Amino acid sequence: MLNDILPILGTMLMYSAPLIFGALGGVVSERSGVINIGIEGMMTFGAFMGAAVGYYSGNPWIGFLAGGVAGALLSALHAIASISFNADQTISGIALNLIGPGLSLFLCRVMFSDQTVTYPVQNKLPKVFGSIDITVVIALVLTAFIWFILYKTKWGLRIRAVGEHPAAADTLGVNVYAIRYVSVILSGLLSGFGGAAMTLAVVSQFSPAAISGQGFMALAAVIFGKWTPFGAYGACLLFAFAQALTVNLGGVNFVPSEILNMLPYVLTIVILVLFVGKSVAPKADGVPYEKGMR
Amino acid sequence: MEKAAKILKKPITSTLIAVVCGFLIAGVIIALMGYSPMEALGLLIKGVFSRPKYIFKVIEKSTPLILTGVSVAFAFRTGLFNIGAEGQYIVGSVAATVVGIKLSFPPIIQIPVVIFAGILAGAIFGVIVGFLKARFGIHEVITGIMLNWVALYLCNFVVNSHEFNKPSNSKTYSINQSGYTTILYNWKSSKAGIEFLRNNKWLSDILLKTDVNVGFLVAILVAVLVWFMLNKTTIGFGVRAVGLNPFAAEFAGIGVKRHITTTMAISGSICGLAAALTITGTSPHGLYLLTMFENVGFNGLFVALIAGSSPISCIFSGLFFGGLIYGGNSIQSGLGVPSEIINITIGTILFFVALTKVVPEIANRLAKRRENNA
Amino acid sequence: MDISSNYAVQMRNITKAFGNCMALNSVSIDVKKGTIHAMLGENGAGKTTLMNILYGLYHADSGDIYIKGEKVNMKNPMVAIQNGIGMVHQHFKLVENFTVAQNIMLGSEVTNKFGILNMRKFKDELQKIINLYGLKVDPNAKIENISVGMQQRVEILKTLYRGAELLILDEPTAVLTPQEIIELISIMHKLIENGKTIIIITHKLKEIKASSEYCTIIRRGKYIDSLEVKGIDEEMLAEKMVGRSVKLIADKTPAKKGKVIFNIENLNVQNQQSNCLLAIKNLSLQVRKGEILGIAGVDGNGQKELVEAITGLLRAQSGTIKINGKEIQNTKPKNVIKNKISTIHEDRQKRGLVLNLSVAENAILEKYNERPFSSHGILHYSEINKFTSDLIKEYDVRPKNCKGVPIRELSGGNQQKIIIGREIANEPDLLIAVQPTRGLDVGAIEYVHKTLIEERDKGKAILLISLELDEIMSLSDTIAVIYNGEIQGVYDQNEVDENTIGLLMAGGSKVGKSSKNS
Repeated sequence: MLNDILPILGTMLMYSAPLIFGALGGVVSERSGVINIGIEGMMTFGAFMGAAVGYYSGNPWIGFLAGGVAGALLSALHAIASISFNADQTISGIALNLIGPGLSLFLCRVMFSDQTVTYPVQNKLPKVFGSIDITVVIALVLTAFIWFILYKTKWGLRIRAVGEHPAAADTLGVNVYAIRYVSVILSGLLSGFGGAAMTLAVVSQFSPAAISGQGFMALAAVIFGKWTPFGAYGACLLFAFAQALTVNLGGVNFVPSEILNMLPYVLTIVILVLFVGKSVAPKADGVPYEKGMR
Repeated sequence: MEKAAKILKKPITSTLIAVVCGFLIAGVIIALMGYSPMEALGLLIKGVFSRPKYIFKVIEKSTPLILTGVSVAFAFRTGLFNIGAEGQYIVGSVAATVVGIKLSFPPIIQIPVVIFAGILAGAIFGVIVGFLKARFGIHEVITGIMLNWVALYLCNFVVNSHEFNKPSNSKTYSINQSGYTTILYNWKSSKAGIEFLRNNKWLSDILLKTDVNVGFLVAILVAVLVWFMLNKTTIGFGVRAVGLNPFAAEFAGIGVKRHITTTMAISGSICGLAAALTITGTSPHGLYLLTMFENVGFNGLFVALIAGSSPISCIFSGLFFGGLIYGGNSIQSGLGVPSEIINITIGTILFFVALTKVVPEIANRLAKRRENNA
Repeated sequence: MDISSNYAVQMRNITKAFGNCMALNSVSIDVKKGTIHAMLGENGAGKTTLMNILYGLYHADSGDIYIKGEKVNMKNPMVAIQNGIGMVHQHFKLVENFTVAQNIMLGSEVTNKFGILNMRKFKDELQKIINLYGLKVDPNAKIENISVGMQQRVEILKTLYRGAELLILDEPTAVLTPQEIIELISIMHKLIENGKTIIIITHKLKEIKASSEYCTIIRRGKYIDSLEVKGIDEEMLAEKMVGRSVKLIADKTPAKKGKVIFNIENLNVQNQQSNCLLAIKNLSLQVRKGEILGIAGVDGNGQKELVEAITGLLRAQSGTIKINGKEIQNTKPKNVIKNKISTIHEDRQKRGLVLNLSVAENAILEKYNERPFSSHGILHYSEINKFTSDLIKEYDVRPKNCKGVPIRELSGGNQQKIIIGREIANEPDLLIAVQPTRGLDVGAIEYVHKTLIEERDKGKAILLISLELDEIMSLSDTIAVIYNGEIQGVYDQNEVDENTIGLLMAGGSKVGKSSKNS
């Protein structure tokens, strides 16, 4: 029995890590009041830069960091548009979902002799406890860290206040714009890490299919987890578990694999219907803040 | 000055500015890579307009985009973000294919039945999203994303099934020919047709090398119909009221939940229609294995956003979008610039569309400055 | 008056325009240290704008601000706070899902050197302030669970915690019971005893008389007068505020009450926040033809739930609501409207209007599905426009040619006229008016009151729900008091005085016990 479960759990953890990074990014951004639909694009760009820098430097950690920075760069665009220019946050996020993959594949062709895949990295990120990716551990630690920041420090208090009632925070001298900038850029950094975790730990190279929908799944996890770090973490584990089930049960003959593949997604909807119900977003989520508005 | 402010305030001006900015930035990237931006632009324009075939190819590519764009735009008007358009499109094509292969009626019955199957399937997927939102308050973005994947695997299930799989191919059989909506499909492979086309190069270029079909006309018709529905009918009135202020709509006795479900049904059915028209109108007239999304539905999001959620504008932004995608190939083949530059361009345009509120803002400032000077 | 350190604040020749609208035109004010100074003016006169400039939220186009004789550039609220100024806004700026303590500390957190919050140390400091001024409130309670009166205390504590010497209170009494107002005034006096200075923004004359020593009056952005409150009567203040003599009480003849047309029996409605509590408890009420029945009560005592239950937005757990003998509870809003009940909702912008639709489209919001505005699902804009033009003419909506513009662009008073016109055009048997004059200026208020009385005289039944006791007292033929979801008593207009009603609004218990906020 245990021997059946262990591989499933292993696969679950492996798939969960990139999702968790992305979801944490979503939590931070949306808690400060900026919707981030562009996680997918940021993850893709992070995945590419992670793999490319990892390949050229030979050091996966430098690659991992580069992935984060790449995500942060894209999110800075989102921040400028949605915070300084009061742009429509949904449109801006979607634009990044086009720019991120476009830029990745474009650069990939330029840097890797007109191919849409990078060369595999020589060194992947290390594994701990035998066969667990270190990104799994980092993801858990980061979840706890973000939770601590959000609920136990003054920055967290301010982030949450800005996402709920920016005018209240503003009248008390909290710089709404600065807090949101930091949160959105942090969100891009985390999403970029998520992408790099995919191409430097789960697989060893970037390809167009490396990030296909994980960003959106992460977004779903944010809502599913009610905008809390551990809620989102749990949601990611659940998604990953369902995915792991399909991978490990793939050999079973009586259910076609495609039907099995639908399982995680159907399961999510069923669970939402049964248990979660209405989820309440931060009050000012997606609402640009303009000084002097009453 | 006054005139300038007035022009700046028009929505079309902002959109055009966004388009120009998108091209400028793409040009800079191309230049940084060491290619000539002007040459690339030339190739793009040539790749779209230089042969009738190209123009018709663009129209063919644009048709489903216009429709998914209209679908997304319509949902936007009720305040719903139909990211599930992709899935609705896929199930539409699955249903159309399955029905089109299984049934064999004369065209006059076959075509409507196949298209209706697509519409119905899309509508069902739309209704699921709308119903879950209305009844349980589940965010339409989550259900939409989940159902996209369900649709993708459903498609692959059909492709791989014994019933429909074309042996040693990763695609299904084509639907029965009586369901084709390609114009003059039979005639152009008949003896008389071949004879006639041999003497008429221009026409043969269009008819033989592209799948000219009725889809584009249907797409325009649908866009106009949706515009009419939104602005001139009671359904549209309800949809707009619910979209702009559900609380006031509810208080005024307009059924918010009913409108959410109805909107998603209509939105989904338009995606289904787009898919069915593609199956009936263009080769391979069937499904193939999806390793990732084709993005017909997702691209509908961009089309709708660039069109500012106006169904009529979707016709133009859909054509623009289709032109960019199709013409982008010639940049790659002609110049060696990766065709992804097109996605970057479109993304950048969209990014500037998000900023379009800034343009009327500038107009206001101009107006204000004038007052202060006066 | 000279610039002197005897004054907590002196504002000189402040001018501010929003677009084309001149909000303040060279207004000055001098507030002596250790006094309570009232800012008097109608809605929209510019009182709040002036104070927002003092607090650094807006920037004056010209004019100077002196704090204790020193000129200060109020760049932002931080500068104001550093200069010992604190402001309690009319609409509280509190994060609803934060605790009292978190709201107070936000922006001036007590932390260790790593930025980690030290709640215990903070709460000790807070307790000291609470004890000093008698501002009792539970630091661990969430804002969404405490009464409005308590929330106001949190706002005052926020300013005191930041060391405010000068407190600006913007319309602080609007949401309080008469008893809570008395309590607030005593808190204000306690603050003065401890050396603080207070500016109170209000349009309520009685409270100025009860609380303040000095008073500055502004009208339509212009400075009118500054005077000592002692020895001046309310009528005179009112005249200075409005610029002409005003009737403080609406004109009306005695009601000709007809038969009971609207009847609520033993209604119970659940509290939306907690499932085990009731927001409306066993409530019974009758409204007759030709009378205005006013429901007095403090905000959050079940008025909202009562309206929502009648209009079909909320489920009734038990009990009946009958109009013309027909039960309408637990049906849809559409059915309620069809049964001749029309409602002027208190929240114009949220429930009453779709701001981005045109005036014409808003005018037919409830009837777009009916002839002549549509048939077979097609809208008939010629009919819609004709109907709207008539409405605009009849209710004197400005600007006159506004039927095609988004209703967002109309002023609050004109928006309200459209709503009232629309609802009256439904020819309802029962017209429900909830806070119908909220946020309107005096002219518009008079108009709304006149219209309601006219409808009454036509034999309609009118249910008026208002938080303004004066409005209830002057308009109603019958007065009911609601407290904690229960009707405390029903009286004829001339049978009771304001004090009795005030006491009942507070639950009839001892002074200061505030109601549970729903």
